Amino acid sequence: MPTLTTLPLWVQIINLLAAILLLLAFAMLAQRRIVSLIDLYAWQGLVLASSTAIVGYATGQPHLYFSAGLTLLLKVALLPWLLHRLVRQLDVKWDVERLINVPTTMIIGLVLVVFAFNLAVPISQLASTVTRATLGIALATVMLSFLMMITRRKAISQVIGFLSMENGLFFAATSATYGMPMVVELGIALDVLVGMLILGVFFFQIREQFDSLDLKHLEKLKDSE
Amino acid sequence: MTITGFLSQLLQVAIALALAPLLVGWVNCCRAWLANKRAPSLLLPYRMIRKLFAKDAVVAQNASPIFRLTPYVVFGAMTCAAAIVPSLATDLPFARAADAIALVGMFALARVFMALAAMDIGTAFGSLGARRDMFIGFLAEPALLMVLFTASLLSGSTSLPQIVDTLAHREIGIYPSLAFAGVAFTMVSLAENARIPVDNPATHLELTMIHEAMILEYSARHLALLEWAAALKLFNYSCIGLALFVPFGIVVSGTGWQLLLSAAPLLIVKLAIGGAALALIETLSAKMRIFRAPEFLGTAFMLAVLAMLVNLLLGA
Amino acid sequence: MNALALDLVIAVIVAWLAVGALGLARPARLKFASRVLYPAGAVVGVVLAIAGFAAMGAAPQSQVLPLGLPDLPFHLRIDSLSAFFLLILGSVAAAVSLYSAGYFRSNEGTPPGLVCFQYHAFLAAMALVLVADDGYVFMVAWEAMALTSYFLVTTDHRVPEIRRAGFLYLLIAHVGALAILLCFGVLQGGSGDYTFGAMRGQQLSGLWPSAAFFLALFGFGAKAGLLPLHVWLPEAHPAAPSPVSALMSAVMLKTAIYGLLRVSFDLLQGQLWWWGVVALGLGLVTALYGVVFAAVQTDMKRLLAYSSIENIGIIVAGIGLAILFRAYAKPLLAAITLTAVLYHCLNHAFFKSLLFLATGSVLHATRERSLGRLGGLIHRMPWVAWLALVGTLAIAGLPPLNGFVSEWLLLQAFLFTPTLPQSFVNMLVPLATAALVLAVALSAYVMVKFYGIVFLGRPRESSLAHAQDAGPVERAALAYLALGCIALGLFPVNVIALLDPINALLVGSSALQGGGGSSWLLLAPINADRSSYSPLIVLVVIIAVVLLTMQIVHRFYHGRVRSAPPWDCGFPGQTPRMQDTAEGFGQPIRTVFEPFFRMQRHLPSPFDAEPRYAVKVDDHVWYWLYLPIARGVEMLARLAGRIQQGRISVYLTFSFFTLLALLFFVR
Repeated sequence: MPTLTTLPLWVQIINLLAAILLLLAFAMLAQRRIVSLIDLYAWQGLVLASSTAIVGYATGQPHLYFSAGLTLLLKVALLPWLLHRLVRQLDVKWDVERLINVPTTMIIGLVLVVFAFNLAVPISQLASTVTRATLGIALATVMLSFLMMITRRKAISQVIGFLSMENGLFFAATSATYGMPMVVELGIALDVLVGMLILGVFFFQIREQFDSLDLKHLEKLKDSE
Repeated sequence: MTITGFLSQLLQVAIALALAPLLVGWVNCCRAWLANKRAPSLLLPYRMIRKLFAKDAVVAQNASPIFRLTPYVVFGAMTCAAAIVPSLATDLPFARAADAIALVGMFALARVFMALAAMDIGTAFGSLGARRDMFIGFLAEPALLMVLFTASLLSGSTSLPQIVDTLAHREIGIYPSLAFAGVAFTMVSLAENARIPVDNPATHLELTMIHEAMILEYSARHLALLEWAAALKLFNYSCIGLALFVPFGIVVSGTGWQLLLSAAPLLIVKLAIGGAALALIETLSAKMRIFRAPEFLGTAFMLAVLAMLVNLLLGA
Repeated sequence: MNALALDLVIAVIVAWLAVGALGLARPARLKFASRVLYPAGAVVGVVLAIAGFAAMGAAPQSQVLPLGLPDLPFHLRIDSLSAFFLLILGSVAAAVSLYSAGYFRSNEGTPPGLVCFQYHAFLAAMALVLVADDGYVFMVAWEAMALTSYFLVTTDHRVPEIRRAGFLYLLIAHVGALAILLCFGVLQGGSGDYTFGAMRGQQLSGLWPSAAFFLALFGFGAKAGLLPLHVWLPEAHPAAPSPVSALMSAVMLKTAIYGLLRVSFDLLQGQLWWWGVVALGLGLVTALYGVVFAAVQTDMKRLLAYSSIENIGIIVAGIGLAILFRAYAKPLLAAITLTAVLYHCLNHAFFKSLLFLATGSVLHATRERSLGRLGGLIHRMPWVAWLALVGTLAIAGLPPLNGFVSEWLLLQAFLFTPTLPQSFVNMLVPLATAALVLAVALSAYVMVKFYGIVFLGRPRESSLAHAQDAGPVERAALAYLALGCIALGLFPVNVIALLDPINALLVGSSALQGGGGSSWLLLAPINADRSSYSPLIVLVVIIAVVLLTMQIVHRFYHGRVRSAPPWDCGFPGQTPRMQDTAEGFGQPIRTVFEPFFRMQRHLPSPFDAEPRYAVKVDDHVWYWLYLPIARGVEMLARLAGRIQQGRISVYLTFSFFTLLALLFFVR
């Protein structure tokens, strides 16, 4: 029976954080309310920041501290605040309509997790880091976020799904290679921020046009010969 | 089988029988305090059981023997379960005869008899309660089993004392799978013990009750036994939770029954904290519609499955 | 005795045929059949059970009978696998025959003597299937079994639905038989020798072993009721008389399991792991599907039929797991899994026949099969009700009865799986375990529904007040089966020791060898630290606690009991109609598993003078798979119909040209 106790403590903590990340991804999948969804996203950012900081501390790479701080600032404070403000202004608190019901989504999610774990096995054997076992979880988070984007109707929850997908990728990068070069990280952070702002503008435009944020109205845009 | 083992077995069952109503009383007290009300007496459950034993039993005219047998079977099954769960010591001879799967089987036995007895009288509420309780059970039971399986994958055994032995004597490590399992277990125990998000133990509002609807026709000694069994069930679930997730302080095999006296106060402290936590959860949440229950329990079930998956992936 | 086992089995087959033939001699005489022939058949069943029991541990014996076609004599062989299934057949047939002695009435379609003949020929055919040692005998016996059971299903052939059910059954049985025939064709590997001995010696290469395995899975799955070939089961079981349903569910489905085990473990050398995964997945899906459908049934025999599908699913999932272990060279674990599978076969044979026979008694007493019109029968039919309670608790998988033991063993086997070398398979374990556990938990729901609605509560119809309890002969048969359920539950170690020769034969290991801790009292498959279970102690302790509590309560309690009308929150004017109906009890399951069903519901409007609620739950498989196939066949038939001219010479021309073409190609 393999036990964790052979691993150093910080790896154990990373593993725990990875598990929490997965849990949060599932919680987002099950969540009905948009406000709670944003909170969950903030929690995800917190987990991500702390795991980055721990990796930085353990491997002695100070630039990871910077990256953790950036994550904290951007994903725990700024983006959730922006999203909350958006929700308030757009006055959408509920996300009742979903395309597939919760239990079915969950079962699909479980299957995705198994798939992701299997996908990650050969990759994590290539990676040389101690934390490579978490790669599967990172991949699973990405897929679960994708699933969330598919099953939701409201535009905001899709954006949150997109953002949490980015979280999963970020986590994969930290766990598999101990972080990306600083330039790349800064670039991504900027991308996310700008993308968020642009999408925010889009929301207002969509609502202006259709009086609703339900994306099914976009189907009307199709050419109707 | 040693004589100390036998003694600790007996002592454990006796303590479970004696303390179970106290735990219920404590949870009720905490709930009252948290709701800013004056708390009932801590000993109220004992008094209620005594009062019920003094009353004349009323049995419906068309009751079959199953109806009158059920309180005893349920009480017996819960007592046996109390003998399996290592709450004080792990040197339990009876736990050899019944492992974690058998424990879940024992709970199922009690549940099936309760449901059958509820249907026996042939009233609308009885069958409603039976249906709802079986409905909760068909999701809660697998979830509980999966939680126990997660622990048994960690320790390589399905015998509860073995699991506790292994978990209590590991080097300090963080087990993400146990974290998942812990959340799942909490949700299951809320549902199984008719607690607030799923059922309300204090309700007699016809349309929402589950457990109460099943015991509606019982009175006097039968009701007393069933109430006591319900308290035992809560006690057992609390002890399973403590044994799996905070296994420290349980006396290990072969250390003599005197040490039980040191384990018992610790158990009481742990139970008090657990009971307060339960009351807190109940106060903070609102009862959900019955058709939200499958979602709630499905989530618990899925978390337990996820715990096993994480266990396999991370090796912990 | 041991050396005589095969002769004894042959004698039993002949004796059953003879008993049947006697029935044929006096087709209209019911008393002759019920007083003499069925009891005689029961005695023969006991003999078969003894022969099977004796042959379990003995060396295989074979014989060649000079029957059949000139160059194709009958090869017969008995080894521990067939002996075990003969034991199931014998012990269940004894009870069912005894029950039939009190069950069959005249004026139910086919005359009683003819039923008696079909019944005993059916038994003989099943016994012959189990001792067949070449493809030819096997197919003959298999087809005989299918045909006799078809006639038994359509006993009451005056009802159109029953004729339709019988036709469906026959159709699927034949599609399955075709697959089995092809499977034997693959197995003989071009040697032209269809004896099983020759098949064992064949070294198939490439895709051929997989082809053989999947043909067997399809063919035997059709008989066993695997998804999506299960559709005949819920139609045929309610149509057949109850003893026949009991036999079909308890034994005939097991012959299919026997065939699957024979082909995949004995005739095929070397298993591939992915066969195991397929069988595991298929089995689990079948189990879940069966139990979910069982939960929404309103006809008690249909409910039991779906429950049989669930149990077969569990068994096949176990076979899949055993194949996995075998493919990864873990013989000990394979042996434990196989033990669980065989144990479950035995258990299912006992509790399912018990329940089917109980429904037979209910059916005769009330003339009612629909759950919505039953209720309260425990007061009218206490014997049947209490004995059925044993079966209900056993099938719900509750300790300390027999259903729990086999499920316990199977779960143990699942918990061993993470030791397999392949991570993909390991990942599947939690999902597979979850599905299995869910199916088992749901079966408790189903059985509470079954028992509670039929036997408990108040009678839903006034006519139920005249229901009579079963006669003494029927009671004896039910009691025997109930005792079997209890004994199989209480002495698992003895049963496993009995099953062990089969493990040695099929996977080359003993399930008991790892267990230092197993004794007659304590079951511990690997060692006692890992897991152990002792039903006897559990039972004794529960009973002790219950008795002690009763004693104490009665000592300190005044014991006054008052009888009163039901309380029910003080609601007056309760009628029996206000109890949950079968639809009502299944409603939560119907809501949760909505995508499983194809549902048509008629809700009354608030203004209806005579409000009616109707719901019809159908199988998606039927609409997605069978109807398109049927439509396709019909279309082809219509195409072929175009060449119908009505003139003989045109047909002859067709035949002539076909002949010429064939001659040209085969040249």
